[in-house]
Amino acid sequence: MDRIPILKMGNFLLVTIQVDMYDRLALNLENDLVTMIRRVEAKGVLIDISAVSIVDSFMGRILGNIASMSKILDAETVVVGMQPAVAITLVELGLPLTGVHTALDVEKGMILLKNKLNLIEEDDDEDKDPDDSTE
Amino acid sequence: MNNALADLLLKNQKEILEQWMKNQLSNNTLREDLMSNENLRRQSQELLDLFLKAVKKGNYDDLNTREYEGIIEMLQGISISRAQQGYSPKETAIFVFSLKEALINTIVKADGDSKEAVNSILIINNLLDQLGIITFETFIRGRESVILRQTQEINEISTPVIRVWEGILALPIIGTLDSARTQIVMENLLQEIVNTGSSIAILDISGVPAVDSLVAQHLIKTVSATRLMGAECIISGIRAEIAQTIVHLGIDLSNIQTKASLASALKLAFAMLQLEVKKGERKIIK
Repeated sequence: MDRIPILKMGNFLLVTIQVDMYDRLALNLENDLVTMIRRVEAKGVLIDISAVSIVDSFMGRILGNIASMSKILDAETVVVGMQPAVAITLVELGLPLTGVHTALDVEKGMILLKNKLNLIEEDDDEDKDPDDSTE
Repeated sequence: MNNALADLLLKNQKEILEQWMKNQLSNNTLREDLMSNENLRRQSQELLDLFLKAVKKGNYDDLNTREYEGIIEMLQGISISRAQQGYSPKETAIFVFSLKEALINTIVKADGDSKEAVNSILIINNLLDQLGIITFETFIRGRESVILRQTQEINEISTPVIRVWEGILALPIIGTLDSARTQIVMENLLQEIVNTGSSIAILDISGVPAVDSLVAQHLIKTVSATRLMGAECIISGIRAEIAQTIVHLGIDLSNIQTKASLASALKLAFAMLQLEVKKGERKIIK
C-alpha cells in the first residue's frame, strides 16, 4: 500500500506530498504522522504540499485534523507551498484552516517553526545581535 | 406570378437603386460624417444585387435557404461594422427599410393597384421585415460584443499587483468588487505572491465606493486564501463611512489587520519584516 514518507529532522518532522492525495492515502498519513509525533516527541511538523494541485473538502479536513492532533501532542504544524488554485478552493469550500500555520516555502516554514519553538532563546539572541546578520 | 415579380424588379434595378439612394440621402438621419455617399452607393448597389439574386428563384419567405446566404452575410457584416462605427439603431434600420419603399414604389408604378400588385407588396413587405430583423439582431449582437470586450478590458487593467518593496505586495482595488472580479483579484494576487515570494500583501480599498456584506465576504475570502498561501494580508484605505457600514452590518473583521491608509499599512509591513525607514543625513552637493 502506498505511504507518504515522513522524514525526521532533529525536533521536526518533514512530510512532502509529491502525489495527488486520495482518501486512503490521506488517512494513512494522518495515522502515521500522529504515531510518529508521539514516538519521537517531535516539536514541529512541516507539510509541503507544493506538488498538490487538487484538494477536496476531505483533504482539507485531514490537514485541519493533523494540525489539531499535533497541537494536542504539543507539536506545531506548518503547511507550506500551497498553490493559488488550492488556496482558492479551500476558501471556497469554507475551510480557511484556522489553527494551521502557513508559509510560502520550506525555507520560510522552517524559520517559522524555529521561531515558534525558540521564541525565548531568539529574543536573547536579538539582544546580543540586533541586526541578525549572522548569515 | 412570383417570377414575374422577380423579373419586374430585375428589369427596374436601376430605378430601384436610384430611388433607394434618394430615400437614404433625403432622410435626415443620413450620416455623411461616418460614410461617404459613394461608399453608401457602392454598399447599396451590392446589397441590391444580392437581394435580386436571392429572389430570382421565386423564394420570398424562407430565409434559411442557400439563395439568401449571401445577402444575410452581407447584412450582418454591415450591421456589425455600423454598430462599431457608432451608428444608431434607427440609422441602421433605415438603410434596409428605405429599400422597401423603393421596391414598393416600383411595383405600384408597374402594376397600378391591381390585386397582383397588392400581393406582391405584401410579399416584399414580409421579406424586407425579416431582413430588417436580421439587421437588428446583428446590430445588437455587435454592440454587445463591444460591451463585453470593454468589461474584460476593465477587469484586466483594474487589478494590478504592485511590488512596493522586497517581500511586500500592494493591490489597489478600484471600483465595485463582485464575484467575478474578486476571483480575478484573488488569482492575480496569489500568483504574484508565488512569483515574487512575498510574505505580505496590502489590499488597498480606497477606490471601492461601497462595501456591503457581499463585498466584505469577498475581502475576507481573499485574506483567508492569502493566509493559506503563507503570506499575511493587510487591508488599508478604509474610509470612515465604510467603517461605519461594516460595523452596522455586523461584519467581523477583527482577525484581519486593518489600517486607515496605505502609508500606515506599509509602516506595519515594514515593522513585520523588521525593516526600519530612517531619515538619512543630508549630503551637501557641491
